[in-house]
Amino acid sequence: MNRLTIRSLKNALMMLLLGVATLTVLLPLVMIFVHIVKMGISSVSPDFFTQIPAPPGESGGGMANGLVGSAILIVLAGGLGIPVGIFGAMYLVEYGGSRISSGIRFAADVLSGVPSIITGMVAYTLMVVPMKGFSALAGAVALALIMIPIVLRTTEEQLKMVPDTLREASLALGVPLWRTSLRVTLRSALKGVLTGILLAVARIAGETAPLLFTALGNQFWSKKLTEPIAALPLQIFNFAISPYDDWHRLAWAGALVLVTLMFVLSLTARFLGRNKYQS
Amino acid sequence: MKLPKGLNGDLLFKGITVLFAFSILAIIALMILEMADQSLPAIRKFGWSFVGGSDWDAVQGIFGALPYIWGTVVSSILALLLATPLGVGTAIFITEIAPKRFGGVVASLVELLAAIPSVIYGLWGVLVMAPWLQQTVQPYLIDHFGFLPFFQGAPYGVSMMAAVIILMIMVLPIITSITKEVLQAVPQNQREAAIALGATRWEMIRMAVLPYGRSGILGAVILGLGRAVGETMAVTMVIGNTPQISLSLLSPGYTMPSVIANEFNEATSALHSAALMEIGLILLAVTLIINVLARLLLWSMTRKTAVGGAK
Repeated sequence: MNRLTIRSLKNALMMLLLGVATLTVLLPLVMIFVHIVKMGISSVSPDFFTQIPAPPGESGGGMANGLVGSAILIVLAGGLGIPVGIFGAMYLVEYGGSRISSGIRFAADVLSGVPSIITGMVAYTLMVVPMKGFSALAGAVALALIMIPIVLRTTEEQLKMVPDTLREASLALGVPLWRTSLRVTLRSALKGVLTGILLAVARIAGETAPLLFTALGNQFWSKKLTEPIAALPLQIFNFAISPYDDWHRLAWAGALVLVTLMFVLSLTARFLGRNKYQS
Repeated sequence: MKLPKGLNGDLLFKGITVLFAFSILAIIALMILEMADQSLPAIRKFGWSFVGGSDWDAVQGIFGALPYIWGTVVSSILALLLATPLGVGTAIFITEIAPKRFGGVVASLVELLAAIPSVIYGLWGVLVMAPWLQQTVQPYLIDHFGFLPFFQGAPYGVSMMAAVIILMIMVLPIITSITKEVLQAVPQNQREAAIALGATRWEMIRMAVLPYGRSGILGAVILGLGRAVGETMAVTMVIGNTPQISLSLLSPGYTMPSVIANEFNEATSALHSAALMEIGLILLAVTLIINVLARLLLWSMTRKTAVGGAK
């Protein structure tokens, strides 16, 4: 064989290997997805959305308290985290010198790599210990800490893309900078900012570890924000490691609902995410 | 919008944005300080023997973190060794080989993989993958490769092997999507030059594309390592949670995040929770170092492109 043949054979072999690698990466997605649908679909019933879990060993029941609990936690965490992220991003875009902005941007990237269980431990020492009890509020603080760097970075990217001419036009008309930022800059970037918020919500909606010792979970309805509260991912975890078949079924149903929610959120984010100033 | 008299809107706005922007730095500082403060009792009592000790006995108040450190290191490194060629290969496939639209579809699917919460990987791992490993894969390995120390023991299903596979699946999307971005930043004229010299497609990738993106790809892999080291739920559900140091991939293990997840709520003594806090502190320090390193590598890559200018 001459050198050319060897080279093109090698080329063909590598192309094949790269294709095989891609298939191997996609395989788990397909397998996990098929399993969740297969196992979950039969247990997603009206009961799932309206009942609280049945006691161990009894069949039936649902995860209504977990769904409501997750919604409450997400709203609280968003209320705490979204303003911090958005205003922080405005600082980077409108005021920050390049050194300081890079530093904060770097810190945000590093913060988003901190394991979420650490965030839970910190929220425990900051909230649970002083308040002398696990609570929805502590869970929301833990989740907000995860949201802040995501919202800040995505908002910043979006605000940066707003053309300076828009700001200049507004400032030239005598509008103060703070109103320009809120009414002109933020408004032009609103879709992109929403995308970031949706992605952050999708991320925290599935977080389990930071809730283990903050929100703790609750088999019943929680009535106060200062009490432990149920959350869908926590319920999936507890039911998955339980020995009961009925609880396994509920866990699969919960997984199906959660994954559907994730996919809807990320598809919506993707759809909204086409920035009008992007080239 | 109208402000009350005497209130300077711009000053107020600047104040709020400064406060919130710097809160990121404050959060990181607070995390380190709180964790260090809370783990002081354990640090004082055990010193360095905490890291080297392998006994963990809450009743007698003896705490050594070595089995957890071992489990974390082994599971993450093995997962990374498996995931790196697959993830980088997929990224190359997406950017260099697949037609643009098809590559985009593959990239979106990989991103969906990243959107699946860790607890769902754990659910699938413990109810589907672990039984399959126990009944099919592990007996086969014991029968045919049982002479190797890595495949000795009984097939439990939940094991170091299960943790490695789950972690591999979970770090794949990170490595793939970041490597993809890195490769997309490689200037087109690099490729054209290689092709013009008569390189095959693979030679072009190996000689013109990969070397250019090397630091960025390394950054992507290290970022994947950070994820693997800190991953909690999925690993806790499949690794078996037994604090032991074993060469066998079939035996159950334990990791630093898992022991925190399992014991933090039930820590009976102040020393026990301080020991768990110290494990958390070590974990925080390691992930901070890993992330800083990875970000620096990725930044050096993007800066190079910015200087090179051509795209």
